[in-house]
Amino acid sequence: MAVNPNMPILIVDDYKTMLRIIRNLLRQLGFTNIDEATDGSQALQKLRQANFDLIISDWNMEPMTGLQLLREVRADAKLKHIPFIMVTAESKSENVIAAKEAGVSNYIVKPFNAETLKGKMVSVIGDF
Amino acid sequence: MSVSSKVDPDLGARLDELRDTYGDTVQVEEVVEVVDSLLSTMKGDVTSADMELYNELESLAEYIHSAKAEIAQLRPDDVKEKYLSSASDELDAIVEATADATNNIMDATEIVEEVMAGLEPEVSDKLMEATTKIYEACTFQDITGQRITKVVNALKHIEEKIDALVDAFGSEIDKFKSENPDPVEDGPKEITDEDLLEGPQLEGQGRSQEDIDALLASFD
Repeated sequence: MAVNPNMPILIVDDYKTMLRIIRNLLRQLGFTNIDEATDGSQALQKLRQANFDLIISDWNMEPMTGLQLLREVRADAKLKHIPFIMVTAESKSENVIAAKEAGVSNYIVKPFNAETLKGKMVSVIGDF
Repeated sequence: MSVSSKVDPDLGARLDELRDTYGDTVQVEEVVEVVDSLLSTMKGDVTSADMELYNELESLAEYIHSAKAEIAQLRPDDVKEKYLSSASDELDAIVEATADATNNIMDATEIVEEVMAGLEPEVSDKLMEATTKIYEACTFQDITGQRITKVVNALKHIEEKIDALVDAFGSEIDKFKSENPDPVEDGPKEITDEDLLEGPQLEGQGRSQEDIDALLASFD
């Protein structure tokens, strides 16, 4: 694995079950250093308190959505370099375009499988 | 040529007064009042244009009155109380039940993963593949949850519209209800097969297995 399996990853989703699914899939892919947040504002707080090498976030959350989180991250000099993968059920072209314009690194549509998750992660952080 | 353009000045002035009082948009329940008020001012020589207006207004009032009665008969209050609230509760229960089921499936899958460590690599790899598929399949809960939330929001929107309808036609609905009261059963009502098929019951509405065991035992 070229990528450090202990790299800190922040996963963000308002569905606790989805956080658990992503955590388990990441663990099966070899990643163990995973933290969770249940909306954008909680994620932003965690991002400002600790270092993360990857953000995997849902879009549709309250009070701060994944897109707002992405914009905040890209506007913050200390955070803007962190790869950001959006994992969402929003599959319209305008959503993808909006996310891309906001600086998303990659985009996964729910429901997804482990292979897709791995493929998008490889494209963002390198092979593992 | 419109009717209003032929209306005599007195009637025109009265129409302006009514417009000042009620505005351009008149509430349904005020229409009859407006029409009555207008007609009461018609005196003296009545021109053919006035008569035309009178007939138009009278048929409009009759139409609105009949529409109100028909809407009242549909009992929009009943639709909200009996069906919409229950539909939202059922959908919430679906979300909760699928979330519980998904977490139980994942609990079991995590246990399988724990015991995989002590197995032959060939077996372990197969189990890993199977558990990955289980996790992938569990994402259905998130999708169904979001879809159901959309339906619940749609129901809430319909509920708001019905509230507005009930507000507008409240007096007509009350009148219909008092004229057509729900039938009162004489003596205990016989339970039909249809009455017995209302499950699954929502949380707190049904009996637990323990209650049912106790109930069955009470027959012994």
